[in-house]
Amino acid sequence: MTAIGERLPRKEDSRLLRGLGRFCDDQDRAGQVWMRVVRSPIAHGRLVSVRKPGNAASGSVVTAEDLPPGVRIPVRLNVQGIDLTDHLQPVLAAGEVRYVGEPVAVVIADDPYEAEDIAERVEVEIDELPVTVDTAAGTLAAEFELGYGDVASAFAQAAHVVGIEFDIGRHSAVPLEPRALLADVDPATGALQIFGMTKVPVFNRDVLAGMLGIDEHLIHVHAMDTGGGFGVRGEFYPEDFLVGWLARKLRRPVKWVEDRAEHLVAVNHSRQQHHVISAAFDENGTLLGLKDDVLHDNGAYARTHGIIVPELTLAMLPGPYRVPAFHGRIRVMLTNKTPCGTYRAPGRFEGTSVREQLFDVAADRMGVDRVELRRRNLLTADELPHTRAMSTLGTDVVLDSGDYVGLLDKAVVEADRLGYQSQLESLRARGHTAGLGVAVFLEKSGLGPQETADVVVGTSGEVRVHSGGTSLGQGIETVLAQVTADALTVDPAVVTVVNGDTVLQPFGGGSWASRSTVVGGSAVHKAALAVRERAIQLAARMLEVSEDDLDVTAGAIGVKGAPGTSVSYAEVAKAARPGSPHLRDDEPAGLSARRRFEVEHMTYPYGVHFALVDVDTGTGHVKVLRYLVAYEVGRAINPTLVEGQLLGGVAQGVGGALLEEFRYDDAGQPQAVTFMDYRMPTAAELPHVDILVAQDAPAPGNPLGVKGAGEGGVTAAGASIAGAIRDALSLTGPVGRLPMTAERVRGLIEEGT
Amino acid sequence: MKPAAFTYHRAYDVNDTIAQLAELGQDAKILAGGQSLVAMMNFRLARPSALVDITRIAGLDYLERDAQGLRVGALTRHRTVETAKIDGFGVLSKAARWIGHYPIRCRGTFGGSIAHGDSTAEWCVLAVLLEARIVLQGPRGRREVPATEFFQGFFMTAAQPDEMIVEVRFPKPAPHAALTEYSQRQGDFAIVAASARLDLTEDEVLTSRVVLGGVGQQPVVVDADLAGQPANEETWRAAGEVAAAQVDPPSDGHGSSAYRKKLTAALVARALAEAAA
Repeated sequence: MTAIGERLPRKEDSRLLRGLGRFCDDQDRAGQVWMRVVRSPIAHGRLVSVRKPGNAASGSVVTAEDLPPGVRIPVRLNVQGIDLTDHLQPVLAAGEVRYVGEPVAVVIADDPYEAEDIAERVEVEIDELPVTVDTAAGTLAAEFELGYGDVASAFAQAAHVVGIEFDIGRHSAVPLEPRALLADVDPATGALQIFGMTKVPVFNRDVLAGMLGIDEHLIHVHAMDTGGGFGVRGEFYPEDFLVGWLARKLRRPVKWVEDRAEHLVAVNHSRQQHHVISAAFDENGTLLGLKDDVLHDNGAYARTHGIIVPELTLAMLPGPYRVPAFHGRIRVMLTNKTPCGTYRAPGRFEGTSVREQLFDVAADRMGVDRVELRRRNLLTADELPHTRAMSTLGTDVVLDSGDYVGLLDKAVVEADRLGYQSQLESLRARGHTAGLGVAVFLEKSGLGPQETADVVVGTSGEVRVHSGGTSLGQGIETVLAQVTADALTVDPAVVTVVNGDTVLQPFGGGSWASRSTVVGGSAVHKAALAVRERAIQLAARMLEVSEDDLDVTAGAIGVKGAPGTSVSYAEVAKAARPGSPHLRDDEPAGLSARRRFEVEHMTYPYGVHFALVDVDTGTGHVKVLRYLVAYEVGRAINPTLVEGQLLGGVAQGVGGALLEEFRYDDAGQPQAVTFMDYRMPTAAELPHVDILVAQDAPAPGNPLGVKGAGEGGVTAAGASIAGAIRDALSLTGPVGRLPMTAERVRGLIEEGT
Repeated sequence: MKPAAFTYHRAYDVNDTIAQLAELGQDAKILAGGQSLVAMMNFRLARPSALVDITRIAGLDYLERDAQGLRVGALTRHRTVETAKIDGFGVLSKAARWIGHYPIRCRGTFGGSIAHGDSTAEWCVLAVLLEARIVLQGPRGRREVPATEFFQGFFMTAAQPDEMIVEVRFPKPAPHAALTEYSQRQGDFAIVAASARLDLTEDEVLTSRVVLGGVGQQPVVVDADLAGQPANEETWRAAGEVAAAQVDPPSDGHGSSAYRKKLTAALVARALAEAAA
């Protein structure tokens, strides 16, 4: 019996669906004060003065002058040896403001209404400076190249060279719950309890400790429920420093809850890139080389993600294809807009959109079927593992395992079986402007370098797991319970998983980069196996038999072939208490184990998306009628949760493909600052999503054989929908940009290309 | 996103409302469902000094069909209109489905929407299309204002700060009328809304009226008389082009002026076709 592979209902749901979740804004502490951030209303200017209102209490307004000098938010992930020190964001602006929404001061008050009233009356005097909105006109913060092979000769000997330009719009994650933080302080020691840092709590704890100049053990970050993360939530932002610093300074708990209007200008934006991409093919449509020149708009500063989005864009651009020569150059530009970071499938949503649109254009131009062109150029199963002479996130790019062609064929058969092609034909026969898009993509997951887990068995037989992942709504508690239950042969119901508490698990790496199940799950697996071994060891002493004579079934350790002669985990746990005759002098008490899983390389899942759209030629409206995701996950610990991840990703992908965009006017004023203007798709805009989860290519690099499932629903949504629109409108060129808003589609209908 | 300070008052009848408005001064606002006002207050775009909540007033929630037409009580919820079967005014029930989302339709009121005066609002557009009369009550008594004169600009109406809307009167049935609109997401404010009313025989238009939302500061009456023209797709298409040529819509984040003109052409044709059906 194994719990792995079961469609177990989410353990999280019994509390979340009953309203018993524990979110940051549910927390209050006696004597707490509320923080409100005063933000720049100007996109670029010299900060002349910040004056607190006449009737405000002293100390109730804090500016950069009150902070330790020069405090800036450090980069979490340094890559490609590029130094971004000059471009880091200060906690509060000093001297200059660089985007609308930049924190210039904070207000402290006893309740949030009062804080907002005072904040409104803080007078911020700014001498306006010229504003840069256009990416190309920005300041160059970094430039680098990635690639391999002889691209020049590939293009020189090509029978066909096809190039396009493509823009990806600025959009980002908008989790249901905006950011929220509560810092409680022990007045005697200055120790902090922090609630609401849910993503990379150990990292954030260490950054805060470093900035405050205290030992990390004086900070305890608690595990919390969180209404979604998607990359943006839980990174270290100015507010993460401010609550802790203020709590220690005021010796009072400090609470801050971001409102939606703040969120849309303050949280990391993402995606905005301009690509000039071209591919060289021989006379048979075989790829000889690929090159891409990218302008990446990073907004006003480099934040915690540094340049990993640009890096991933290039490193993942060749995707699942056989690309003999590749060259990518990217210029990271700073503009007077909200700074950028990662958003679910960072770099891959962008690169996949552009590459797949290029292949669609190329297929038409060479007179080759779109699917056939892809099939011809996908790496075959026997070409894997495949190493590309590039690095990303500090790891070498080694495509570990898979059958890309096999999955494409499966997806084509499934789409046919579900009637995608026949529905397309019937729509067209009835005069509809309908189109079908197809896109193939490569994902990455399971970034190391390590994850640590503790598995502890209580004397009632309940099992607790202290993992370094975090619960962002993805169901990781359930998945880790299944992994634990599998190794111990117990019911997942007796397993409780605590994620992201820095005292219980001080070496956690957090949940991001589709790593929790792969790396966190493997650590839990190792720790659970160690507990099982320890239980066998103790059971052998209890039963006075040799360990070799024991095995574990259904949660009981018993003598092989002698039913009835067994002890339970609960009994073993009792036998492991101090004073037990079964415990030796040099052994620690308790039935528990801490294990670390280390990994050098990522594992690369992959997939195929199909989108069937119907375009209203009068309004330009694109209705996504049907959507298919085929995705290779190695091994699905819980297929329902894998499907849930993919489904949610599609929803966000539809948003990025058709609706969501952070626009700015010429003065750098953000134009999407409410849900009226920042248009996330609702259930009404989403089709039923067909999902095919494949488990044909287990990951060789981890004991569970799993590949990450967090991002594959969004990765190719821009690509497949762009392809479907292009197909519907019978364009010869590319659609040119995302999101394809109704207005842009209507424009294409008029102009055509 | 928390409102600036205000005081809250509850009124129990129309006279009480008028008295409280007079006492609280012209910065006081009526709260009649709050589906637009409260959001604007949370963004601090609206800063009333006081709110007079009229939603507990009994007897203002009605749809009364009589020989003269239809009388709609100011506190009639959108959802009530949506689910009603009103002889000759099916256009109202059908158009209600364009209003926001279900919870908004359950709380928002007919009079509240008219008072708010959003040029893309379904009730505002239809009030002008069907030549409704807005009944106002204030310290100087009752008066009726034709909808064509009521909407005076961007969120500006003929209502005085000390008056409240008590009823909207639709003078005659409109069996051949329709409203259609476009927004990228269901439930969003219309980028352009088009409404049409026709009198017609089997194959010929007798009279026509077309009113647009989202192309100006208030609902815009299109100058197009289709009388005598055949009731067919070509007529509707051509009328759409005529309407588009007449309007000079604003550009904003939801659509450029040029796009709104294209939408006008498409939506007017569709509204006419639906009205004729």
